[in-house]
Amino acid sequence: MAGLGTDWAVAWLRRSAAVVAEHRVELIELDRAIGDGDHGENMDRGYTAILARLDETPPATPGAAFKLAAMTLMSKVGGAAGPLYGTAFLRAATAVGEAGTLDSGLVAAALAAARDGVVARGKAESGDKTMVDAWTPAVDAAAAAAASGAEPSAVLGAAADAAEAGAVATDPLIARKGRASYLAERAIGHRDPGAASSALILRAAADAASDAASGAPSGAAA
Amino acid sequence: MSVSLVIVSHSAKLAEGVVELAAQMAPDVTLVAAGGMDDGGIGTSLEKVLGALGSADRGDGVVVLTDLGSAVMTAESALEFMGHPDTARLASAPLVEGAVAAAVAAQSGAALGTVVKAAETALEPVDDGPAVAAAPSPAVAVTASLTLINPLGLHARPAAVLAGELGALDVDIEINGVDGQSVMLLMTLGAGKGTVLDVSASGPDAQRAVDLVRREVENGFGEL
Repeated sequence: MAGLGTDWAVAWLRRSAAVVAEHRVELIELDRAIGDGDHGENMDRGYTAILARLDETPPATPGAAFKLAAMTLMSKVGGAAGPLYGTAFLRAATAVGEAGTLDSGLVAAALAAARDGVVARGKAESGDKTMVDAWTPAVDAAAAAAASGAEPSAVLGAAADAAEAGAVATDPLIARKGRASYLAERAIGHRDPGAASSALILRAAADAASDAASGAPSGAAA
Repeated sequence: MSVSLVIVSHSAKLAEGVVELAAQMAPDVTLVAAGGMDDGGIGTSLEKVLGALGSADRGDGVVVLTDLGSAVMTAESALEFMGHPDTARLASAPLVEGAVAAAVAAQSGAALGTVVKAAETALEPVDDGPAVAAAPSPAVAVTASLTLINPLGLHARPAAVLAGELGALDVDIEINGVDGQSVMLLMTLGAGKGTVLDVSASGPDAQRAVDLVRREVENGFGEL
C-alpha cells in the first residue's frame, strides 16, 4: 500500500493555496450572500501565508506540515474560519503524531480528528449549514473506504466526493450557527461558504494524493 | 504578585481601550491587549494571543477575556496549543464588565479561580437587583450611615478601591442595598457628593469592613 508522506502533505497545502486563490471570488460571493463576505479573502490570505512558511521552514513529517498549517491559519485568517480550520489541522497533526507516512487507516483517523476539532471548536452539528456538513460525510466515506481496504488516495477521493455532495446539500438548509443564522430562512438557497471551502480543500488533498500515486510532480497546481 | 489578564478582541483599539479602563482600577495588575490581526486589521490572531499569554504570566496565572465569536475560538485554540495549562483560564464573560471585575479581583490578590468567577458573574447581580442582595438577613450586622464628601462621590476609582479592599475581607457587606465587594454594583449606585451610604456588614470581618468604608468616605477617598 502506498502511504502518503511529507511530500503529499506539502503538496496538499500548496494545491489548497492554489485552489483557494482560484475560487477566491466565488467564496467571497457565497459569503456575501449569507455572511460578511470575507471568507474568500481570509482563506486566501491564510493559505498564501502557508506558502511562505513552507518555504521558510519545510516540515519534516506530515504532522509537522499540519501543525504549520494550523498555526498559520489561526494567526492569519482572522475570521471564524481561522480557528476552525486551524483546530482541524491541529487535531489532525495530533492524530498522525510522528508518522513519516500515512496509511489508509491513519488518513481516515486524521480526517475524523480534524472534523471532531471543528465540531468541538464551533459547537455546530450536522444540518446546521456549516463546514461540518461537508466534513462529516467526508469522514464517514473515508472510514468506509479505509475499512474496505482502499488505498490512501482512494480514501481521500471518497472523502472529497462526499464533501462536495455535503456542501451542495447545505443549499436548502437554514443556518443555525455563525452569522448566517441571523438570516433565518433567507439563507435558504445559498451554499454555506465554509462547506464549499472544505470541499475544495478535501478535493485538493485527493488530487495531491493521485499525483503522488501517479508519479506526477508534487505541488503542481491544478 | 497577582493574576494577570489578557484581553482578546477583534479590534486592536477595543482591546487597548479595555486594558486602559481596567488598568485605572487595578494599577498593579498586568493587563495585556491582544486585539486585531498582525497587520492591524480586524480579526484575531493566534500568535498575538499566544504572545500575550506568554508576556502576561507573572506566575500567578492568567485569565483571558474575549469579545465575540471567533475571538473565543482563537483563545480556546491558544489554550489548546499550550496543552491546556492549569495557569491559564478563559472566562466566559462580557468583555468590558468582565475585565473590570476580574482586574479588581486580581488587584485585591484573589486567586485564579476567584478572578475567573469575578469576571463570569460581573453581570449577574445587576439582573437580580437589590432584592437578592437583601435576602438572607444576617443575625448580627454592623451598620453605619456615611455621607460622601468628595466632589466626585463614589465614582469608578473609589468604587474600585472599596470593592478591592472589601474583597480581601471575610465579610458580607451591602452598601445601599448592593454588594460592596462588587465594583460594578457600587458604580451602578451613581452616588455623588452628599449621598448617604447605608452600610450593613456581617461576618468575621464586619467591624473592620465598616471601619474601612468609614475611613475611606471620611477621607474623601484621598481626593480632597
